[in-house]
Amino acid sequence: MSSIDYFQLLKLAGPEAVLALAALAVLAVDLIWMREAPIRQRQGAGAFVSILGCLGAGLCALQMPGFGSFANGMLVIDPLTLLLKGALLVLTVFTVLLSVDRDFTEHVGEFFALILLATVGMMLLVSSEDLLMIFVSLELTSLSLYILTAFQKRSALSAEAALKYFLFGGMAAAFLLFGLSLLYGLSGSTHLGGIAEGLVGKENDPLLIVALAMTVIGFGFKIAVVPFHLWAPDTYQGAPLASAAFVASGSKVASFFVLAKVMMLGFAGVHGDAGWRHLIAGWAPLLAVLALLSMLLGNLVAIVQGNVRRLLAYSAIAHSGYALLGVMSNSGEGMASLVYYTVTYGLTTLGAFGVVALVEERTGSASLSSFAGLGRRSPILGLSMMVFMLSLAGIPPLAGFFGKFYLFVGAIRTGSPNIGLVWLVVVAIAMSAVSLYYYLQVLKQIYVTEESAATVDVTGETNIVTCCAVGALAVLVVLLGCFPNLLVGPVLAATGSAGL
Amino acid sequence: MLAWTVYLSFASALVLMLLPKGRVDLARGVGLGGALAGAVVAFAGSMMKQPGIQEICRIPWIPSLGINFHFAADGISVTLVMLTGIAAVVGVLFSWNIGERVKEFFAFYMVLIGGVYGVFLSFDLFLLFVFYEIAIIPKYFLIAIWGSTNREYGAMKLALYSFVGSAMVLVGLIAAYVVSGGTTTNLIELAQFGFSKEFQYWVFPLVFVGFAILAGLWPFHTWAPTGHVAAPTAVSMLLAGVVMKLGAYGALRVAITLFPLGAQAWQTEIGFLACVGIVYGALVALVQRDFKFVIGYSSVSHMGFVLLGLATLNEIGLSGAVLQMFSHGVIAGLLFAVVGRMVYDRTHTRELAVLHRFNLSRSLPFVALTFVVASAASMGLPGFSGFVAELQVFIGAWRAFPVFAIFSGVGLLVGVAYTLRALQKAFFADPELETETRGPVLDPISMPEKCGAMILMAATLIIGLYPRLLLDLIVPSFSSPLFDGLRNGAGL
Repeated sequence: MSSIDYFQLLKLAGPEAVLALAALAVLAVDLIWMREAPIRQRQGAGAFVSILGCLGAGLCALQMPGFGSFANGMLVIDPLTLLLKGALLVLTVFTVLLSVDRDFTEHVGEFFALILLATVGMMLLVSSEDLLMIFVSLELTSLSLYILTAFQKRSALSAEAALKYFLFGGMAAAFLLFGLSLLYGLSGSTHLGGIAEGLVGKENDPLLIVALAMTVIGFGFKIAVVPFHLWAPDTYQGAPLASAAFVASGSKVASFFVLAKVMMLGFAGVHGDAGWRHLIAGWAPLLAVLALLSMLLGNLVAIVQGNVRRLLAYSAIAHSGYALLGVMSNSGEGMASLVYYTVTYGLTTLGAFGVVALVEERTGSASLSSFAGLGRRSPILGLSMMVFMLSLAGIPPLAGFFGKFYLFVGAIRTGSPNIGLVWLVVVAIAMSAVSLYYYLQVLKQIYVTEESAATVDVTGETNIVTCCAVGALAVLVVLLGCFPNLLVGPVLAATGSAGL
Repeated sequence: MLAWTVYLSFASALVLMLLPKGRVDLARGVGLGGALAGAVVAFAGSMMKQPGIQEICRIPWIPSLGINFHFAADGISVTLVMLTGIAAVVGVLFSWNIGERVKEFFAFYMVLIGGVYGVFLSFDLFLLFVFYEIAIIPKYFLIAIWGSTNREYGAMKLALYSFVGSAMVLVGLIAAYVVSGGTTTNLIELAQFGFSKEFQYWVFPLVFVGFAILAGLWPFHTWAPTGHVAAPTAVSMLLAGVVMKLGAYGALRVAITLFPLGAQAWQTEIGFLACVGIVYGALVALVQRDFKFVIGYSSVSHMGFVLLGLATLNEIGLSGAVLQMFSHGVIAGLLFAVVGRMVYDRTHTRELAVLHRFNLSRSLPFVALTFVVASAASMGLPGFSGFVAELQVFIGAWRAFPVFAIFSGVGLLVGVAYTLRALQKAFFADPELETETRGPVLDPISMPEKCGAMILMAATLIIGLYPRLLLDLIVPSFSSPLFDGLRNGAGL
């Protein structure tokens, strides 16, 4: 690799370049022209430029050639990564919409610029097959998210959340880097395919086990699985709403995808087996343990939460447990189910956070009781929240149901001979029965419990942008649930052509 | 054509949601219109049904997984679709007095009805499961918002029991789908796949019990009495009348046809549980003080006959089970209508010990008449639908396991006892006591109530006097390819 063809780089990284430019443009617009304007106008302008940037990046992605690779897998373009970039852009647009008309900061331009930078990081993350690039883009994403979490300067909770998130995240990054460097030492390559080749014949090397464990710890933090989940509840609760929603949606999608890619491509030879009475050492049993713990702890602890943000955090931990099944199935179908699941989960969570935002503005808290009577106060919001909660619980015909079904089918079908992974699927299904209880607790407040006097007094103006975003998300969740083929079809075609 | 029952129900739910606030009469009208339209389509479709399994529609839904949007109907589905049509219309008539959040009530109600129609018409396992779960959520809200005694507890218990049941079904469903090669969820193709005996041996109990939880299988029946009592009248009628049938239908349509060898292996255990349910439900009903609990436990007892019929695995027992589903749907609806709406809404008590003060046989003669008819039907007197159905179950049970047949006969005797006890205490109490306190003047029975009660009484009488109307539909269904496995296994 003597010289780099910058023109080709620009062509392949076009969407990211457009987004990075948009981030600068947001800063420029806000700091140069809108400095004296009222905060609502600044937010409107910032959001407008950000969404324009996302649209531009999306258009740019549509113009891309179907396949391409730059500098030996540093940047890989195929239908699957393009699809994921599209999904990430959609999630970013909704996150931007959720942050309009919120009073949590005066630094409007910086906020939107950071959201866009985090998105750039996630998009690079999904399209790289090189360890160095993966680590750098992961750090770009994480650092942006740490700052976004701390953005509500006057709130102690926000600072606490950010500090926890940062300390845990920094530690996890250290583990990850350690794991990756061991991996490089073992295989002599930083490219995922090269690593798989380099690892042939070294399956029983103790160093490989260490490298594997370190890598899983690093990613386990990003996707918040037990026992690396401790930051999640505090971050979800303390962070400014849009930041929390972004951490829960976009960051999850990208991290899961790259975890699956590293495991399926990089550790291709050391899959092992997590089947019942058919245990073979490798990354599958390791992930099976994490999945089991996450499903159990996430669901059981969520039952006792009195704050909806914390409830969503524990439910997110549980959902990470389910999604790990998709990684474990180690096949194109598993990848397709993982993409469908994480993307629809991201949309659902964003919507739920949107409703939480509106309730918080009105009542000043996200406790369960502040949702009382929401169904009568604003039927649309109530109905949307019903859609989100039931989708998370996995009730058909909403997206969450098909997502789970597809994950479970994929896991049983390809995980292990003699439907060995069925034990984990049984746990997952049993735990989703448990989860219905706490999702119904939220809905009970919304529809059954009468409005208390305390919640009636406070009247905030309704936030049209957020309402529309929430409604659109609810429609999307219903649509993707009723017609899963809208997403599954393209994803399957893409995984097929990506050779997974 | 029958598919329109599903579409019409969901469409009217959508219309109800979009109605302006405060238009109570309009909401009731739309609810009644939707239910009536569904019922008319159900009956018309049943009249025009061709013999065998009639295809209704089949559209690829998720082609990569081989899942189709596939509606079809055989005699069993048609019978239950008609039952749903009747129950839906009558339920709306008996909820005419709901005054709070009317449009929401009917919207949830119509979603429930649409889900139920969908289950009965689905011939694709995935689709069937989707509709089965759609029916869970509206039940929760209908009970938790508009219910009475201990409503939030009853509603949550019902929702969790149903969901646990459907989780068990889901495990079996996914396992069956994957083991059969993961290319189809079509019920007929799955039934002809021929799962291995070891596989059927563990999947059958999972799926059967998962469904049977909703049919009130002892010892998983405890949701039924609390749920029935907590629910508003129309919903108790639907729960006992239709929703419990969902479970029994699923057990027959999915568990028994897909895993016939497993069914044979577990036949005795299920027959035993069904018998315990029959006797236990009847004995507990005998000592209840709350009128509605009597009916709630009687439902458990009567659904025991359905499950016993299913456990016989022979043709006469199975057709008796299906007929009993229809019969109990109608009779339980009638009983709940009398207790929950006609009596409770006027006297505001369901205590049997208190009810005699109202001298109900004099003050509300129509109610007394209705309850006498309903009791007679419930006790299984000849001339009513319950007689034919339970007789068939008996004959089937006698062939399969005589001991259980005798036990369930004891249950039937206790059934006569608790019905007569309730009838006597509530309506024909001691005249001495009655003269002491005349009790307040009670509202007369309204027109919708009379219509509803008439429809149900007519249904049980017509089927009781001329059961061939339904049996000619039900019995040929057992010779369809769905039951190949059972026939070849020396069952039918």
